[in-house]
Amino acid sequence: MYPPRFRYEAPRSLDEAIGLLHDGGGEAKVLAGGQSLIPLLKLRFASPDLLVDINGIAGLDYHQLDPDGTIRVGALCRHADLEHSTLLPGKQPVMAAAAPLIADPIVRNRGTLVGSLCHADPQGDWASVVTALGGHVVAQGPGGRRTIPVADFVSGPFQNALAYDEIAVEAVIPAPRGELAGGYLKLERRVGDFATAGVAVAVERSGGSVSRAGIALTGVGSSTINATDAAQALVGGALSADRIAQAADLAAQAAQPRTDHRGSADFKRQIVRTFVVRLLTRVADSEEKAA
Amino acid sequence: MTALDEIKIGGLGSSRKRVEDNRFIRGKGNYFDDVVLPGMLHMEILRSPLAHARIRSIDTSKAWDIPGVRLVLTGEMMAARNLAWMPTLSYDTQAVLATDKVRFQGQEVAAVIADDPYIAKDACEAIVVDYEPLPVIVNPTQSLAPGAPLIRDDKENQHDNVVFDWEVGDKDGTDRAFEQADLVSRLDLHYPRSHPSPLECCGSIADFNRATSKLTVYMTTQAPHIIRAAVALVAELPEQMIRIISPDLGGGFGNKVPVYPGYVVSILASILLERPVKWVEDRSGNLISTGFARDIYLHGEMALRKDGKILGVRMHTTSDHGAFFSDAQPSKFKIGLMHSAFSCYDIPAAHLTARGTYTNKAPGGVAYRCSFRVTEAMFFQERMVQAAADDLGMDQAEFRRMNFVKDDDFPHRTPYGFLTDSGQYRKCLDLGLEAIGYQDFQKQKAEAKSRGRLLGIGISTMTEPLGAGNSREYDILGIKMFDSADLKVHMTGKALLRTGAKTQGQGHETTWAQIVAHELGIPAEDVTVEEGDTDTAPFGMGTYASRSTPVAGAAVAMVSRKIRAKARKLAAHLLEVSEEDIEWELGRFYVRSAPNRGVSIQECAMAAYSNMPDGMEPGLENTAYYDPPNLTWPFACYIATVEVDPQTGVWDVLRVVAVDDCGVRINPMIVEGQIMGGLTEAYAMANMQFITFDADGNCIGSNFMDYLLPTAWETPGFELHEVVTPCPHHPIGAKGIGECATVGGPAAFVNAVMDAIKDTGVRNVDMPLLPDRVYEAITQRHDVSGAPPVKSDD
Amino acid sequence: MTSLFEEITPEPASDVPVRRVTLTINGERRAAEVEPRLLLAHLLRQGFRLTGTHTGCDTTNCGACTVLFDGRPVKSCTMLAVQADGHDVTTVEGLATASELDPIQEGFKQEHGLQCGFCTPGMMLTAKALLDENPNPSEDEVRWALSGNLCRCTGYQNIVKAVLWAAAKRRGES
Repeated sequence: MYPPRFRYEAPRSLDEAIGLLHDGGGEAKVLAGGQSLIPLLKLRFASPDLLVDINGIAGLDYHQLDPDGTIRVGALCRHADLEHSTLLPGKQPVMAAAAPLIADPIVRNRGTLVGSLCHADPQGDWASVVTALGGHVVAQGPGGRRTIPVADFVSGPFQNALAYDEIAVEAVIPAPRGELAGGYLKLERRVGDFATAGVAVAVERSGGSVSRAGIALTGVGSSTINATDAAQALVGGALSADRIAQAADLAAQAAQPRTDHRGSADFKRQIVRTFVVRLLTRVADSEEKAA
Repeated sequence: MTALDEIKIGGLGSSRKRVEDNRFIRGKGNYFDDVVLPGMLHMEILRSPLAHARIRSIDTSKAWDIPGVRLVLTGEMMAARNLAWMPTLSYDTQAVLATDKVRFQGQEVAAVIADDPYIAKDACEAIVVDYEPLPVIVNPTQSLAPGAPLIRDDKENQHDNVVFDWEVGDKDGTDRAFEQADLVSRLDLHYPRSHPSPLECCGSIADFNRATSKLTVYMTTQAPHIIRAAVALVAELPEQMIRIISPDLGGGFGNKVPVYPGYVVSILASILLERPVKWVEDRSGNLISTGFARDIYLHGEMALRKDGKILGVRMHTTSDHGAFFSDAQPSKFKIGLMHSAFSCYDIPAAHLTARGTYTNKAPGGVAYRCSFRVTEAMFFQERMVQAAADDLGMDQAEFRRMNFVKDDDFPHRTPYGFLTDSGQYRKCLDLGLEAIGYQDFQKQKAEAKSRGRLLGIGISTMTEPLGAGNSREYDILGIKMFDSADLKVHMTGKALLRTGAKTQGQGHETTWAQIVAHELGIPAEDVTVEEGDTDTAPFGMGTYASRSTPVAGAAVAMVSRKIRAKARKLAAHLLEVSEEDIEWELGRFYVRSAPNRGVSIQECAMAAYSNMPDGMEPGLENTAYYDPPNLTWPFACYIATVEVDPQTGVWDVLRVVAVDDCGVRINPMIVEGQIMGGLTEAYAMANMQFITFDADGNCIGSNFMDYLLPTAWETPGFELHEVVTPCPHHPIGAKGIGECATVGGPAAFVNAVMDAIKDTGVRNVDMPLLPDRVYEAITQRHDVSGAPPVKSDD
Repeated sequence: MTSLFEEITPEPASDVPVRRVTLTINGERRAAEVEPRLLLAHLLRQGFRLTGTHTGCDTTNCGACTVLFDGRPVKSCTMLAVQADGHDVTTVEGLATASELDPIQEGFKQEHGLQCGFCTPGMMLTAKALLDENPNPSEDEVRWALSGNLCRCTGYQNIVKAVLWAAAKRRGES
């Protein structure tokens, strides 16, 4: 309940923030939403020397839709901003489906998507979404900016690929080339529960054929699972029931769940399978309706 | 003169708005953590990370070095003052701070008192404890296995992990019934460990004043007078120099009845430091160490005649009490009122055997709106009834109806020896069935089935004993379970009422005044109610097990009648007639032969101070202590309908219907609030809420990420109905109600899910019916147990 | 000389980081010198003696600590006091005016939306933010908005009724 002692700085610019991280020599942590970091501090699972609060840095709280369809989410864009976004519905069904399922409505007022990616909790929903959409993170350090594909960005449980003096400033979801459909399903026993299993599915289609697909899994491995084989099985054809079933099986196989108080490993695989089928079937059905 | 309108003055049956709301909606509640005393220090407890381990050494030196630390207490220091162990409410002992061993994960090992809780926590982290791990026991099977490690090696004459063996009922008669049975229905299940988890955790502020020798303790307690006595005995302080103040409580549900080590340590710390010491428990401490609920196994058997008549019942229960037997329950009944099971059914013979065991888990076993194990009793009952009806191939409603005690069969002696005095069980069930649309639902169910959807309906009917209890049979540590009310009517006709109960949200400040209004005609808004301060409240045994309306409420009625009897004499004096010529109507005495000549109760009050008849003691104040002649017997029918997703095991509630009879309802709005709260807890336990353990004794469920409470989103809506059968012996015909829905509710949900998956042949899935358990039942077609240890990959 | 009438607090050791935080609470500017690790909930409760904000858990689940931060509900146990520097906080004590209760407070009393009262401040503030944004919510929208605030006593049904009562009153329809 009571965090350990730390120093605190509230820089007003990214350069200042990066400088503080650099001087902190690896013992500093960035504070954005704080909805993952502060609970860790309260449980004393983390003891940084210095907290660098970036909430005072202007110009980071955006999420925008570029003319070409790219989505950019700034470091201080809150989950609630995405949940209530007018930009996402229709254009980004996977993000729109996931946003309301993050934590609870009050936490969503503070927590950030970029922060969630950095926290790299295997239970984190956004990592699956951004992985399925093939997104990347823009990191800024003393040497400038670089992009890190999200599949590489999350490098292990609670480990990300940032250098100690880098800040993740933006998450980028690439413009779909075909028509983007998909969604996010999460088995949570109540609002705010960790996922027993979560599945993000994104498919892009042109002319009735799937041109790109992404399937990523929450909570069924030591970190977010990018079910590439399952996604590949969908590419190059229509969304038939057979292909859907095959993708679902491959996704279940890609999962590496643990048997614990949320269920057996087999059960969690079953949830993965079921959710993939349901998400893809919904997409296939809506295409039929539209046709 | 027209008589007063009882509803208008806030008497019985009025849904008057709550008095306590005025401060709570302004954020001006006075919960113990809101209290700040000059010079107050703050205490944090260091808890054991291991479930069973010998303590080799404790090094507190680094803790003492931290600036702002005032005192570091260990078990050794407590032992030097004879305070390392304390008696429990069940005649066992419990460690205050561990000395030789820790016996459950989360057990209190040391305490730091510092200038603020942040520093106290820093200092706790700096204490180094050297543990030598010992083998861990997480369920009674392990406790009772030959060669099991001895958990309570501190107790002389304890050679195993058995806490008690207990038995009630008629073994021979029951054996004969089973010999005659056409069919025996059997059921084995586990009612998992749960926790009351009131939103406000436990805590205390102990303030020992060296100059006056008075000890004042603000404490989250549902039974302040019991605490006062316990502190007097344990700390060896004079009882009249101890003041326990239980202020506003953020919920109790039984969690705030036991005496916790934190209270005792804070008291000693205050005595040693001569400053107030505040201990605020955190949620992890609350869930991992304080009075839990349930954790009891049933083996049940029912002897049946082929036409559906129940001939006899056998129950064997094995209960898990953790490391110390600290149940709060009447001392004669080792497994509480478990033998109140089957009270609503007319059963000729029954036999119950009960065994309690020690395990390496938090101590206790009785809490959480459970009415002394009645929750378990009624759950077992209705699960066995469901299984029996299924085994016979009978309709669930029909089976119950056929076996209910009939309306004119009262008083009725149950096979376990209780005396029920009234009931209309069939009417209650029929109302429920009509409200849910029982026949229609069966059609819907069949039709949905044909489309691959699983619907189910579950019934739970019961009568339960509330209002412990009469002095012949009920006591806690020898203290009889009466309760009390003290009423002072001031000269302006306003009144101050204090009782020995302790509200935790039940609305006593509102409802007790309604009883006074009913008895005396003083408007409820003119009656102020206070509870919780042992310096002013008459001695009572506190509020739990739904005993307040039956016992303290009765005391309120009785003391009001004492006042009215004296007021009658004053009225006669004022009206210059003899007492035999006086009649009473609400708020007014009048002359029988001249009804226009009368005096109000307020005029009598003034007269008590200014115009007494010769020889009468002045004043209009009195106290009543009430020893209830019997328990009260509310009854209920709860029905839930659900839909189960066969591919994920997730189930959703469609509707919940509740029909409750709690006799005369003092405040219908408040009664309904209690029922809805109880139904939510029932849903929670059936669906998601439990504490379990892995094989190493690690507690899973020691925080709200693992111990799941439903939010407004998952919680279903409730449709409430009523039957009113006044209690024949209670002064105002009321019965208890606070815990009924928690007692009867869970079986309705479980029975509904089991009904939905009936075709699998599965007879039991342990609560909570988590998606993976339901899925396993559906796909593997076998019963699913939830007993610890939790399955894992290792 | 006011300091003579306050309890004399010890000077923090020189290695303890201390920051000044200035914020507006319930319309009033207040300041305090705090350690960065102090939780906002504790600044409100202990620092400013606004004890209407409660703490009920240690994993950011229960919402008893909910306050409005620049008008939006946040869990004050999961914010640092120093983060409130320059910001606006509304606690339950800021709901009523000197003479009038907020319709939400009235609604909770009218519809028996509270029993022990511990979750109530957080519930009411979340509800206020909801109604400020959505004056005519459905029952589902109310339940969804409140799904970050736990209650152990009421079963939520009357809380929902209380919020809908307040919504109607705010729309002038009571």
